Amino acid sequence: MARRYDSSTTTFSPEGRLHQVEYAIEAINNAGTSVGILAKDGVVMASEKKITSGLLAKARTSEKTYKLCPHATCSVAGLTADANILIDQARLRAARYAYQYQEPIPLESLVEHVCNYKQAYTQYGGLRPFGVAFLFAGYDEAHGFQLYQSDPSGNYSGWKATVIGANNQAGKSLLKTEYGVSKKKDGDDEMKTEDDVPALTDAVIEMPDVAEACRLAVKVLNKTMDGAVASAEKLELFTMSLDEDGNCVHKILTEEEAKAVIAEVEAESASAGDT
Amino acid sequence: MYQRNLDKIAELSSHSAMGVSGPNCDLVNFSEYISKNLKLYELSNDGMKLSTHAQANFCRGELAKALRKGPFQVNVILGGYDAKTPTGGSLYVMDYLGSCVKANFGVQGYASKFCLSIMDRDWEEGMNEEQAVNLVEHCIKELQLRFLINQSNFIVKVIDKEGVRTLKFGADPVDN
Repeated sequence: MARRYDSSTTTFSPEGRLHQVEYAIEAINNAGTSVGILAKDGVVMASEKKITSGLLAKARTSEKTYKLCPHATCSVAGLTADANILIDQARLRAARYAYQYQEPIPLESLVEHVCNYKQAYTQYGGLRPFGVAFLFAGYDEAHGFQLYQSDPSGNYSGWKATVIGANNQAGKSLLKTEYGVSKKKDGDDEMKTEDDVPALTDAVIEMPDVAEACRLAVKVLNKTMDGAVASAEKLELFTMSLDEDGNCVHKILTEEEAKAVIAEVEAESASAGDT
Repeated sequence: MYQRNLDKIAELSSHSAMGVSGPNCDLVNFSEYISKNLKLYELSNDGMKLSTHAQANFCRGELAKALRKGPFQVNVILGGYDAKTPTGGSLYVMDYLGSCVKANFGVQGYASKFCLSIMDRDWEEGMNEEQAVNLVEHCIKELQLRFLINQSNFIVKVIDKEGVRTLKFGADPVDN
């Protein structure tokens, strides 16, 4: 019976659900994980690169992180082929806005455009939804650094820190306890269970800087990758910050730099275990 | 029959306005087209306003787009105040061909032949509102003394951090 409502995305099931859209969202929950963390002086995104075969030639360009315009970058979880279409749309929108107004597009405007495009594929006949979730990191004059998440349904939301892809629940719960409180709680949080941690309000949260956010992102990936220790070749770390002229600097960390961050995280967790 | 008190300075957003010169049909059509499009932008972007720079470039783009189809025969002076930029106020002068420059002063129309030289001599860096209004009035006075065409009515608008306000009408403020 359910099959009757599976094939067409435009039809509601008797329970009032759109199965195809839900399946697409579910598909992403098995894709390579991406973490995004807002820092006080930038944004950090970290992604898990799934290594399919040792024989596969190493990609020369990034497979998870794509620059959209001078002030926005996105990280992909899901079908890369689908993502490419949406990335093209986002780049086109950003460039057209800059051409029309001679000014960078506000980040939310860009995210909204991509999401409207996604939404259309959940409503018009004969189409399947995009099997992609994005993290958008960006900067604009009005709201500073921002982080957005989007899913195949066309919904989007802004976050201080979030996870998409496989094991995102575990990742989110780690972020909930560690984002902005990791420093202050150092040493005395061992006995605490999750319930004891005060609810995160703006007053409690002290935003990390980019370096701290990088370490937290690696920690989260360590957790979502099911105990398989995150190694430099299995993850991609991206940072965005401003230089002294106020221009956005996008950076994908090299393997050596990523290794250094991973080493710091390991040292941190080892010393935490001693006390 | 001529209307002597048409307001040719269209308010584009809370902190910007555009003076337009040209045939009445294009003048009204173009200033409404631009101001309504900018209003549409505000409505579809959660009340976010474009900067004066963006508004001027949008306006310029529309003039350039129309040029190869059916041009708007209008020349424009667009001014605005941005709280975020250190200088605050800015002024852009553009013509119907789609060229646009950021300037310290601007005059469009026949009267520019008289007024530009006055502005060029008397404009100074860091003028306050009163000095700027005096400069404008100097130009008007000079026009009424020397210009072939009798122009009795001028409307003066000021844009500052409070927004756009009409400073004075001409002698005949009917309809305004």
